[in-house]
Amino acid sequence: MEPKALRVGLRIWVVLVLAFLFIPIILIVLYSFNRSNIESWPIPSFSWHWYNVAFHDPQVRSAFLLSIRVALYATVLAVLLGSAVAFALYKYKFFGSEAISFLLVLPLALPGIITGIALNSFFSFTGIQLGTITIVIGHTTFCIVVVFNNVIARLRRTSGSLAEASSDLGARGWQTLRFVTLPLSATALVSGALLAFALSFDEVIVTVFTAGAQNTLPLWIFGAIRLGQQLPEVNAVVSIVILLTIIPVVLAARLAGAGAVTRSARGVPVGEAGS
Amino acid sequence: MTATAVSAPGGQARRDGMWTRVSAVLWRRPWARATILLTPPLAWFVLIYLASLVVLLITAFWQINPFTTNIERIWSFGNFTTIFTSSAYRGIILRTVGMAAAVTVVDATVAFPFAYFMARIASPRTRTGLFVAILLPLWASYLAKIYSWLVMFTHDGILDWSLGKIGLSQIHLIYTNWAVFAVFCYLWLPFMIIPVYAALERIPPSQIEASQDLGGRTWRTMREILLPLALPGIVAGSIFTFSLTLGDYITPLLVGGTSAQFMGNVIYSNIGIANNVPFAAAMACIPVIIMAAYLLGARSLGAFEAI
Amino acid sequence: MMITRARITRPMKITMALAATSLVAAACSSSTSSNSSSPGTSSAGPSGLTVPTANLPVLQKIGKGEGQLNLIAWEGYLQPQWVKPFEQQTGCQVNGKYAGSSDEMVALMKDGGGGQYDMVSSSGDADLRILYAGDAHPVNINLIPSWKQFFPAFQSPPFNTINGVHYGISLQWGPNVLMYNTKDFATAPTSWSVIYNPKYKGQVTVPDNPIQIADAALYLKTSTPSLGITDPYELTQPQFQAAVNLLAQQRPLIEKYWDLASQEIFDFKNGNAIVGAGWPYQVSTLKADKFSIGSVVPAEGATGWADTWMLAAKAPHPNCAYMWMAYISTPKVQAEQAINYGETPDNSQACAYMNQMQAGSCAEYHANAPLSYLASISLWKTPLATCDNGKTDCVPYSEWVSAWNTEVK
Repeated sequence: MEPKALRVGLRIWVVLVLAFLFIPIILIVLYSFNRSNIESWPIPSFSWHWYNVAFHDPQVRSAFLLSIRVALYATVLAVLLGSAVAFALYKYKFFGSEAISFLLVLPLALPGIITGIALNSFFSFTGIQLGTITIVIGHTTFCIVVVFNNVIARLRRTSGSLAEASSDLGARGWQTLRFVTLPLSATALVSGALLAFALSFDEVIVTVFTAGAQNTLPLWIFGAIRLGQQLPEVNAVVSIVILLTIIPVVLAARLAGAGAVTRSARGVPVGEAGS
Repeated sequence: MTATAVSAPGGQARRDGMWTRVSAVLWRRPWARATILLTPPLAWFVLIYLASLVVLLITAFWQINPFTTNIERIWSFGNFTTIFTSSAYRGIILRTVGMAAAVTVVDATVAFPFAYFMARIASPRTRTGLFVAILLPLWASYLAKIYSWLVMFTHDGILDWSLGKIGLSQIHLIYTNWAVFAVFCYLWLPFMIIPVYAALERIPPSQIEASQDLGGRTWRTMREILLPLALPGIVAGSIFTFSLTLGDYITPLLVGGTSAQFMGNVIYSNIGIANNVPFAAAMACIPVIIMAAYLLGARSLGAFEAI
Repeated sequence: MMITRARITRPMKITMALAATSLVAAACSSSTSSNSSSPGTSSAGPSGLTVPTANLPVLQKIGKGEGQLNLIAWEGYLQPQWVKPFEQQTGCQVNGKYAGSSDEMVALMKDGGGGQYDMVSSSGDADLRILYAGDAHPVNINLIPSWKQFFPAFQSPPFNTINGVHYGISLQWGPNVLMYNTKDFATAPTSWSVIYNPKYKGQVTVPDNPIQIADAALYLKTSTPSLGITDPYELTQPQFQAAVNLLAQQRPLIEKYWDLASQEIFDFKNGNAIVGAGWPYQVSTLKADKFSIGSVVPAEGATGWADTWMLAAKAPHPNCAYMWMAYISTPKVQAEQAINYGETPDNSQACAYMNQMQAGSCAEYHANAPLSYLASISLWKTPLATCDNGKTDCVPYSEWVSAWNTEVK
C-alpha cells in the first residue's frame, strides 16, 4: 500500500532507532572489560578482571538473590490481584468500575518518587519496619496494573460467546474459569507477569524509599556508582543480567507480542474494529 | 440458567455436592463473586496505596523542628506558600513540565514511524525480532544505561571523539539540560513504542483498503484514518513518558549540570538529605495534581483502553 | 457477553470510605510521633536541649556476634581491605549504605536508625543533630581498649560526648582539600581564590552541600577582614549574605556541583573540571589510577570534618557494633584507613604503622602533629542561631539549606 520511497525511509528509520536504543547497551558491555576503574574514553586496556570480581563478590550475589526473590513475590501477588480485578471488571459492569480502573493506573501514572515517599511516610507512620516485605509491597503496587492491563485487553478481545457456550454445555462457574477463560488469557497473564518481573527487577526509585539496610541489585548498583571505584564491575553484572534475560524476553515476545496478537487480530471481524 | 445445569452425566454432581451448592449460590448472586474477586486487590489499594497518599498529603501541612528535623504536627500552609511565592521553585516546576512535554513530543514522533513499520510492513518474524529488540533494553539496568550516556557525553568522550573524526568541532553536552533531555528520550522510548504499536496493529487492513478504495492517497489515509485511530495508543504512551520524566531525579543528578533542577530533585533532596518531609510532600502534591489532570484528559481520549 | 449488574457498589464504597476516614482520624490523634520529649534527663546542650537517650543502659559485656552489621558510611570508609579481615575474625557480615553528606546521614538515622542501622560514621555537624533527636545510644567506652591510645582531643570531644556520656567512638578526621590537575597548574595554588576566579569558567567543581557556605565564609575571613568573620559556622546575617553572594558569583564557573564522590573523580579524570574542593578520598582514588592530581590546604586554611562511629538508638546488632568499634580503633586498622582515604587517625599509635605501610605517610597526613594542624582546620559543626559568644543573631542551618537551594544553585 505504501509507496516504495516511504518503505525505504521507514526501514532506515527503524535501523536508526535500533542503533539509538542499542549503542548505550553495547557500551555497557564494552566497558565491562575496562581494566581501569574510572570510566573514560578511550578504554586504556581490556581484561576479564571485573567479571572475576563480580562472580566472587558476596554483596553482588546477595543483592541479585534479593532482587529475584522480591520480583518473584511481587509478580505472583500482582498476577493474583491483577487478574482478579481484570476478571471482575470484565464480567461485571457496575457504577464504580471506571473509578477502579483509574485507581489502578495511579501507581504507574504517578511518578515513582511519589509512590516511594508516600509508602515511606506510611510505613514510618504505622511503625512497619523497612525490609523485604516493604520492598515487595512497593513493587506489587505498580505491578498489579501491568498484569491488569494485559489481561483485560486480552479478555476484551475474546468473544464472550465462548464462556456462554461452556456454561451451556454444563460447566460450573469455576470450571468455565479453569477450562475456558484462563487458557484464553494465559498468554496475557504470562506476558503481564514477565513485564511485571522486569519492572520489579530493575526498579530503583521506589525501592530507595522502601528498602531498609538490605540491597536489591539496583540499590547495589547505585551504591557502586556512588563509590566510583568498581564501576566496570557494575557493567559486568549488568552484562550478565542482559545475557540471562534474552531467553525470557524472546519468550514474552512470542507469547504476547507479535505472534499471538496478530493471530487474534485477524480473527476480529470488521464490525468490532476500533472497539 | 438454574442449578440443574450442573447435573452432568456420570453422577459427578453427587460427588462434589458442597462445591455444587457453593457454585450455585455464587451463580445466583453475581455480586458475591464480584466481591470475592475485588476485595483483595481493592483492599490492597485502598488500605495501602491510597492511605499512603493520604498520609503524604497530610504531612504536607506539617512542619519540622529546624534542629533535629523531627516532624512536628503544627498545621500550616507554610510549605505551599514557600513553593508558590518563590521564583526559584516556580521556575523549577515550569522547567520540569516543559521537559516532560518535550520528551513526550519527541518520543511520540520517533516512535510512530517505528511502530508503523512494526505493525503494518514487517513480516511476522521481523515483528517478533523488533519486539524483542524493544523489550531487551528494559532489562539493562536503568542506572547503567544513564552512566553509558555520561561516558558518551563527557569532554573528550565518545561523542566528541566521533565528531572529531568526521571533522566537526566538539560540542560539550555533558551537564547540560540537552543531555538530560536526550537521556530521558532514550530511556522512555520503549514505553512509547509498545502502546502505539498495539494501537496501530489493532486497525484491520480492511479499513485502510476502504480508505484507498474511496480515493485517499497515503498521506491522507495516514492523517485522517491512522492517526486518529492510533491516538489512544499515543496518549497512553505519553502518560508514561510524561509521568516518568516528571518525577525522575536520578537522571538530572547524574547527567545534569547546575541548571538541572527539577521537581524530582527538590523532592528527593528534601526527603533524603534535608529530611524536610513535609516540604517534600508539599512539593510532591504538584506532580500528583498535574498527572491527575493529565489522566482525566487522557481518559477522555480513550487512552485507558490502549495502555 | 455476560454483563451482570452487581449491587455490591454501595456497601463496598461505604467500607472503603470508612477505612480511609479511620486512617485520617488516626493521623490526627495517634502519638507515634518521633518528636521525643525527654522524661527527666539531665544532659544539657546548646540552648538547653537535652539528649533524650542519655539514661539508656549501656552494654556491660560484648556478647556473641549477631552475624550481621548494618553501617551507614562515607564512601571509602568500608574498603574490603579492612572489612574482610573483620568479617573473618568476628563472623559479622558488614552491609554498607553510603551517604554523601551529613544531612543524608541524619535522615537515615531517623527514629534511632529505624531498627535497621547499627552505626553511622557521622561528622561533627551531624552528630549533635542525631544526638538531640534521640537517635543515638550511649556507649560503654570501657569495652573499647584502643580508646585509651587516642589523642586527648579526640577521646571525649564535644560532638560525641555530652556530660561524660559517650555516644560513639571518634574515628578519623581530615580536611576538605583544594584539588587541582597538575597538568594545568605547574605549581600548587596557594589560595582558595582560584576556585572563585572567572578565568576557570566551567572548570571548577565544589560539593553540592549547604555547608559549603562555610568554605566561602572561611575564604572571606581572610580576603575581606572588614566583615569580621571569626567562625565560619557562626555567621551574622550580613556575613552570611556576603558568603552566599560569593557563591552565587561562583555559580557560572561551575559545570556541576558534585553530589557523589565518584562524580568528582569522573570529572577530574575526563577533564570536565581542573580545580575544585573535594575530599582526600577522591585524591587517593585518582592517584591510584595514576592520574595527574594534586591537593593542597591553602593559606586561608580549610574546613574539615572529624568523624565518629555513632551507635544507633535502635541498633539491631549491638554486639557486632561493639566489635566493630573495638576493631576500627586499633592502631593498625587506623593506619590502613588513614593511608587509603588520606585522613588523620585519632589513635596516637597509628603513626608507626603508617610509616611501615607507606614511607613518610605519618608526616604527610599529620598523624604525629595534630594539635597545630588541627588548629588550621575549621571542623564541621551545625550552625545554630545561638552563637558561641551567647548572642542569638547567628544564622541557623535551616536557612543555610534554603539559601543554598534557592540563591546559590
